[in-house]
Amino acid sequence: MRYLPLTQADRASMLETIGAGSVDDLYCDVPEGALLKEPVDLPHHLGEMQVERDMAKLAAKNMGTASAPSFLGAGAYRHHVPATVDYIIQRGEFLTAYTPYQPEIAQGTLQYLFEFQTQVASITNMDVANASMWDGATSCAEAVLMACRATRRKKAVLSGGLHPHYREVTETYCQYSDTQVAGRDGHPEHQATADELDDLIDDQTACVVVQYPDVFGRLDDHTKLAEACHAKGALLVVVFTEAVAFGAIKSPGSFGADIVCGEGQSIGNALGYGGPYVGLFATTSKLVRQMPGRLCGETVDQDGKRGFVLTLSTREQHIRREKATSNICTNSGLCSLAFTVHMSLLGEDGYRKLAAINHERAVKTADALEGVAGVEVVNDSFFNEFTVKLSKPAAEVVEALVARGIMGGVPLSRLYPNRDDLGAFMLVAATETNTDEDIAALAAALKEVLA
Amino acid sequence: MTFQTHTGNRGLVLEEKLIFEQGEAGRSGVDLPDPAPVKSRLGGLARDENSEIGLPGLSEPQVVRHFTRLSQKNFGIDSGFFPLGSCTMKHNPRLNEKVARLPGIADLHPMQPESTVQGALELMDQCAHWLLVLTGMPAVAMSPASGAQGELCGMMAIRAALDARGENRRRVLVPESAHGTNPATAAACGFTVDSIPATADGRVDLAAFEAKLGDDVAGIMLTNPNTCGLFERDVRKIADLVHAAGGYFYCDGANFNAIVGRVRPADLGVDAMHINLHKTFSTPHGGGGPGSGPVVLSEALAAFGPLPYTARTKDGVVHLVEEEQADDFAEEHFGGKLQSFGRMTAFHGQMGMYTRALAYMMSHGADGLKQVAEDAVLNANYMLRSLEDVLDAPFADSGPCMHEALFSDKGMAEGFSTLDIAKGLIDEGYHPMTVYFPLVVHGAMLVEPTETESKAAMDEFIGALRSVAERAKAGDEALKSAPHHAPRRRLDETQAARKPVLVWKEPELPVAAE
Repeated sequence: MRYLPLTQADRASMLETIGAGSVDDLYCDVPEGALLKEPVDLPHHLGEMQVERDMAKLAAKNMGTASAPSFLGAGAYRHHVPATVDYIIQRGEFLTAYTPYQPEIAQGTLQYLFEFQTQVASITNMDVANASMWDGATSCAEAVLMACRATRRKKAVLSGGLHPHYREVTETYCQYSDTQVAGRDGHPEHQATADELDDLIDDQTACVVVQYPDVFGRLDDHTKLAEACHAKGALLVVVFTEAVAFGAIKSPGSFGADIVCGEGQSIGNALGYGGPYVGLFATTSKLVRQMPGRLCGETVDQDGKRGFVLTLSTREQHIRREKATSNICTNSGLCSLAFTVHMSLLGEDGYRKLAAINHERAVKTADALEGVAGVEVVNDSFFNEFTVKLSKPAAEVVEALVARGIMGGVPLSRLYPNRDDLGAFMLVAATETNTDEDIAALAAALKEVLA
Repeated sequence: MTFQTHTGNRGLVLEEKLIFEQGEAGRSGVDLPDPAPVKSRLGGLARDENSEIGLPGLSEPQVVRHFTRLSQKNFGIDSGFFPLGSCTMKHNPRLNEKVARLPGIADLHPMQPESTVQGALELMDQCAHWLLVLTGMPAVAMSPASGAQGELCGMMAIRAALDARGENRRRVLVPESAHGTNPATAAACGFTVDSIPATADGRVDLAAFEAKLGDDVAGIMLTNPNTCGLFERDVRKIADLVHAAGGYFYCDGANFNAIVGRVRPADLGVDAMHINLHKTFSTPHGGGGPGSGPVVLSEALAAFGPLPYTARTKDGVVHLVEEEQADDFAEEHFGGKLQSFGRMTAFHGQMGMYTRALAYMMSHGADGLKQVAEDAVLNANYMLRSLEDVLDAPFADSGPCMHEALFSDKGMAEGFSTLDIAKGLIDEGYHPMTVYFPLVVHGAMLVEPTETESKAAMDEFIGALRSVAERAKAGDEALKSAPHHAPRRRLDETQAARKPVLVWKEPELPVAAE
């Protein structure tokens, strides 16, 4: 077996050193009958070529977004990832390292985490960011729990514009901690403004959670909502699913948000059928000690040279155990490296330009679809994703588009299975990867399908 | 010898500034086409053209060199022996990286219609099948994003099952040797944690455990093999007792790599167990993630697992069961009653990790996985018996160890500690073992060689560790200030925590002297 270096002679000599007659003797503490004598009922080992062949067969059964015009978003976005990103993250010193608990020989990981934290704080316009969470949805859930800790309150108000999966994960996380989750159902044709949530905020409210741009793609200024929250002693949590957006739109920090968190997949990370992704999490200096997850901080070594370490770990499970701010241990290290490398390549100009192209592509897509009979663009405002209302059930339209080799969007019925009122709506996202030909193909196919 | 170089570099040990200190406006590492002018539909929320975000501009060669130089300050499994106990730093095959990047896998969107992702769902289903056969369990929840989230999944399933029984059991028994995530997870599920002591031989104190059982006990969270590297001999008794008392058995599967292919957790009475794909099944640790923590569930808990999950119907089609279709599948899978505690991640979990883990499992096969466990255990015992004369091994007489060998700091010279040994090993070119964990042993040193180390590599390490241990016993002052040859000396963690600097800020310009 190619991954196992011991020879039979090694094994024999080591057993002799140990003073055991056989390997089974080393398993002598396993209860009677539980030690298997034969391999389990699964195929035996395969060479590299055979494994690759089997995997390629499975891959070939799928329709990848790279092989068809694709306008799918709803929390995951296809972007071009520069070749440099994948090269760097496959360097063994990054790929095969552990959590940097021995900082003298982990300065590579620690320094990029410090750079990552700075980049995340910069694009969200917040004071500090952590070293990543599992994904946008768990970041959102952890933000709610953090707001409850910081305010010593037990009620979270979730906007109807929040991604329904994020809401569900938040509900999962809150259900056993006496935290009440309130809010209203969202609808792409009703504008979710601060006013709509205003009457739900009271002096028991720990936080209000809004998504920006929201799940239907709409943009709202949440400055007044932040004021309304703060007037009642509550925190404003701004969630996002498209990290490219802040190159083009006002930052959540400028609204007065207390916690900004979301999904970082768009920068540097493949779609990968939903994971692994990278949760971003930023907040104000005031709240830093309430944060979940790992934090990397600057310090000096014995010789006075600048270096980096994991810090404020007294918040964390390995020190605080049941009193920790979160149970998170492993996070999304390598995905945050991909984010950092891609963001470093983009820089100020590239990030802004990428965002501008995304908006331009989406505007062009919306313009093209508005010319198709049976399609109505619902949004007044959007960044790179918007909702359309179709004259036929969206789920059926999506299937008909697939039959024509196009992945046209995500039907809202997929996100809201129990909402009959949303059957006609579809989310359409466009990024720099969508060409004029893709847009024309989508419009033409929709015209056929809706005719 | 000690002269300072002009650059601060020392040969290949290179200093590297932050990207923020290298970037300049007007430079970028990407070439993007100019967007065509369009009428903005940003609803008046366009970012101010003149307000800077604060991202530095670097060209591609600068970025490549920056991160390459950073990588050279890191120690990975590829660099050398990495005996980090409990973390299982085994070789990460590059085949797994390659297949995870195949077109048709890496470029799938999580919200694609089911008809376009049959290969992906089949892959998830196959990965699940391997885990079920290897554990002997009837159900698996694939979506947890890491071991800690796997724990959360298992404990939430237990909580949901108790709620369904209408029972208000809130006490969870956790051995004091447990990973910190165990009590943190129990607390997150609304349980209180009751600590169980260990016996002198490093295992759960059965009498103390039995005395703590009662009708308010929700269950036990037990790591097996445990964090002292020992197989819990009484595991079946523990399972029977907790079941008889009306509770559930959560097994922390972080150490499954010691028994994979040799012992099935189902045969030990486990109700829920997470499997760290990044430990047992070699998906890369990546400097702290991403991980993946599928959870196998017993009949008693299967119906309470998270959504979504995959299910294969008789026509051979694999479905991604989300809430809306859950009822259609519940009949076949859960006796008609699906009582899921909810969703855990935005989508269906860590697909990229399933792909890597499946490639690993297929490469080894049932025969190879059995060998994996055996070699891991053999290597650890070899380590234990080769070092027990120079380092105190508190459980040396507790029977063979499993995949890791535990030592204490007993016998060091006055003022010398486990930390000094760890830092001394860095100078010898090794990543230190896990230190100060588990908490039940003073100055713990937990050595896990894994099955992917050769005897020669272990013999070299044994020699190095013996030498460092002898220096600690002899009170060699140079050890107190180790490491001497790493990119950095010991770092001031107190300063880092006292005045946290978590992001880079433009240094303020010095004020001109009056």
